[in-house]
Amino acid sequence: MPGILSFGAYIPRLRLQRSAVLAAHGWFNPGLKSLAKGERSFANWDEDVVTMAVEAARGCLRGQSREDVGTMMLASTTAPFADRQNAGIVKEALNLRDDVTTLDFGGSQRAGVSALIQALETVRKDRPVLCVGSEKKKDRPGSEAEMTGGHAAAALLVGAEDGLARLIASHSVSVDFVDHFRGNGETFDFSWEARWIREEGFGKIVPRAIRELLAKAALQASDIDVFVFSSPMRGAALSVAKAAGITPTALTGSLDASVGDSGAAHPLLLLAHALETAKPRQRILVAGFGSGCDAALLERTDASLDPVQRLGVSSWLARAKSEDNYIKYLALNGLIDIERGMRAEIDNRQPLSALWRNRKTVLALIGGRCKKTGTIQFPKSDIEVNPNDRSVGTQEDYPLAEEPARILTHTSDSLTYTPDPPAFYGMVEFEGGGRMYVDFCDAEASEVEVGRPMRMVFRIKGVDETRGFTKYFWKAAPAA
Amino acid sequence: MVTGIRDKVAILGMGCAKFGERWDADADNLMVEAYQEAVADAGIEPSMIDAAWLSVAFDAINIGPSGIAASIALRLNNVSVTKVENYCASGTEAFRGAVYAVASGAAQIALAIGVEKLKDTGYGGLPVRTRGTMSDMIGVVGSAPGHFAQLASAYRARHGISRDELKRAMAHISVKSHANGAQNPNAHLRKEIDIETVLNAPMVAEPLGLYDCCGVSDGAACAIVTTPEIARSLGKTDLVTVKALQLAVSNGWELQGSGWDGSYFHTTRIAAERAYREAGIDDPRAQLSLLEVHDCFSITELVTMEDLHISPEGGAVKDVLEGFFDASGPMPCQIDGGLKCFGHPVGASGLRMIYENYLQILGRAGERQRGKPPVLGLSHNLGGMPNQNVAAIAIVGLQGA
Repeated sequence: MPGILSFGAYIPRLRLQRSAVLAAHGWFNPGLKSLAKGERSFANWDEDVVTMAVEAARGCLRGQSREDVGTMMLASTTAPFADRQNAGIVKEALNLRDDVTTLDFGGSQRAGVSALIQALETVRKDRPVLCVGSEKKKDRPGSEAEMTGGHAAAALLVGAEDGLARLIASHSVSVDFVDHFRGNGETFDFSWEARWIREEGFGKIVPRAIRELLAKAALQASDIDVFVFSSPMRGAALSVAKAAGITPTALTGSLDASVGDSGAAHPLLLLAHALETAKPRQRILVAGFGSGCDAALLERTDASLDPVQRLGVSSWLARAKSEDNYIKYLALNGLIDIERGMRAEIDNRQPLSALWRNRKTVLALIGGRCKKTGTIQFPKSDIEVNPNDRSVGTQEDYPLAEEPARILTHTSDSLTYTPDPPAFYGMVEFEGGGRMYVDFCDAEASEVEVGRPMRMVFRIKGVDETRGFTKYFWKAAPAA
Repeated sequence: MVTGIRDKVAILGMGCAKFGERWDADADNLMVEAYQEAVADAGIEPSMIDAAWLSVAFDAINIGPSGIAASIALRLNNVSVTKVENYCASGTEAFRGAVYAVASGAAQIALAIGVEKLKDTGYGGLPVRTRGTMSDMIGVVGSAPGHFAQLASAYRARHGISRDELKRAMAHISVKSHANGAQNPNAHLRKEIDIETVLNAPMVAEPLGLYDCCGVSDGAACAIVTTPEIARSLGKTDLVTVKALQLAVSNGWELQGSGWDGSYFHTTRIAAERAYREAGIDDPRAQLSLLEVHDCFSITELVTMEDLHISPEGGAVKDVLEGFFDASGPMPCQIDGGLKCFGHPVGASGLRMIYENYLQILGRAGERQRGKPPVLGLSHNLGGMPNQNVAAIAIVGLQGA
């Protein structure tokens, strides 16, 4: 049977204290107080659906063969491009083969589970499907969604064999139940009354999908050991479990105290989190709600988890930086128009022909390695950099994205424009050879010193706001 | 057989516009200001100029493409005008063009004019600009102080020196340059400062504070060069000749290869060795009298003292703190205030450095004149950033020195 071979996740490091939201908006909406506990994750200015997806996928692919991946699916309702395949950018960053199938899923909060089901139902032998959900929603300041939302990504590698969790059955109910919507070009959601959504939506559509799924599998609701379902609406998941007859204790945690609801990515994130601890033979039901409901029933196999993968979600949960500056959250998310100074006026226009020629260098961080001397360098060049050998055309592709590096030189720059000052950058040297001058991210001043171990991460390099183009490249982040 | 440039070309005249925030002047006005002084100093008719080189680094925000702007501003006699750009080393590059033209015999009298009009950007510091299509995709944008601040991190790591100790030596450099600038009527900044002011200034790019950074200025500088024979025929007696003129340009080794630790300028070391050989200098610490170096940032000046082989490796901090490079010390550095206080109109800076050495050697530097006129003056003009740059060195001195 098809199954999940491995999982990964990504949760941005920044976590907004919900008390800071209340402090800013409580004067207008005192009702926010009931939601003002814990924190929510939010992406920095240089993270989006694509970069988070790449990071989750890298975790998922650790120890797996990238060469074998046959399909790359990206599910999101907030992907940066309406027309330029977002999954295709993730594919380039991961340096997957050109003959993979890439697919964007969207249009509904259930898109993550839809993609997973498609992966499980269509995977071919020896060509696993990488299924990633990623969400970075903009929430209207002062809204309940701002309190309950979060940014995150999760990745699952699906293969034709059982893996960690095999598919028992899947089922879809598709109905145009509009609990909320976001029209093309709109920034924020418009939502209908919560009580109606709870009763007519969660209360009826999800239990129906579960009932029909269980019938397919010839199982009872009581046979479900782990129930993965989430809603930003407090208590909704529990009432769904009850309505479907599933033991309330089977319901997984929602990560609402630390992450918030990450939309289309959230069921996959919770599923990955559940796989960290699920016991062999436990039956796991994952359901996604939105314009209907998609549900899949899985069974944890006896396959063991390696210690790193066991922390696939937990390690990101632990890597957190609390932020109580609400205005900073707004600014980093493009929700407030602050004075950025004239240095921010630089034109970020991307010559697309140059990006195409250099896509491996830029998007996959592929350097060069001389076949003759073994010299490793970034970027690749016709004539190699080794002063003792000026061989021409001897370099082969050499991927550097997964190579550990160390800081050689550094500064924190308060003059140059960055949305999140100061700008940390410097030279890093890869442990296996090669070096580069690069921006740092996710860094604190105390972490930046000569010799500090760093790892490369895929991030937004700049945004052409005039033309709506996002430029990506790699940065160096402090290694754990 | 390469014999080098030593004593083949003499400086006939030089000029330098008042550097500063020249809200009153366009690039054209600045060029004319420097040019008129140089022509008067040379004692020639403009029609005697055979060829010209124009240096400007930020043409996109001032004069635009080509050498035409200089030809028009100075109403040159339809001679060749070649515009050169080599980052902040452009000024020495223009000088090199003119000197080589004379040395080759292609021109009898050649002009080098450097200009930069920077104060039309609307903000302080160097303008933000692209460094090419590839750099836009994989490079660091950063600021000039941010790029040069990298030196301090690597220097500390290499020499095991504390941040505070290095900061103090860097501060000494800035205090010294301010003291020198105060003596110079043409300097942009003419205010003395104390070490506490430097140490407590707002941080620009760790560990460079506000007073570790030179500002940007408007300005122009000009040189007219010819052969020693023609100079004498025009009535010149004390001839300042070119002893060495060397450029070393990074080929990517620092940034892409292995072995460079980021604490020094690979190119400056190469250019210095070549220049000393060309000038016949064996012991620069003993033989040079005066230094004008590219002190865009205090840390740049500090490491450059070692790269020029004046201070031993790791020894610049001690030399600086002991006042070796003060105006009254054994080898003044930036006696005119340097980039730090005289100012840094990028395309003009290399020529301004040579201008100061020229004046000092001829004993014409006014209140800041060294008591005993210097014999050999070195100027070091740097463009780019520590990991990828153009290092230019010019040594001038009295003919026969």
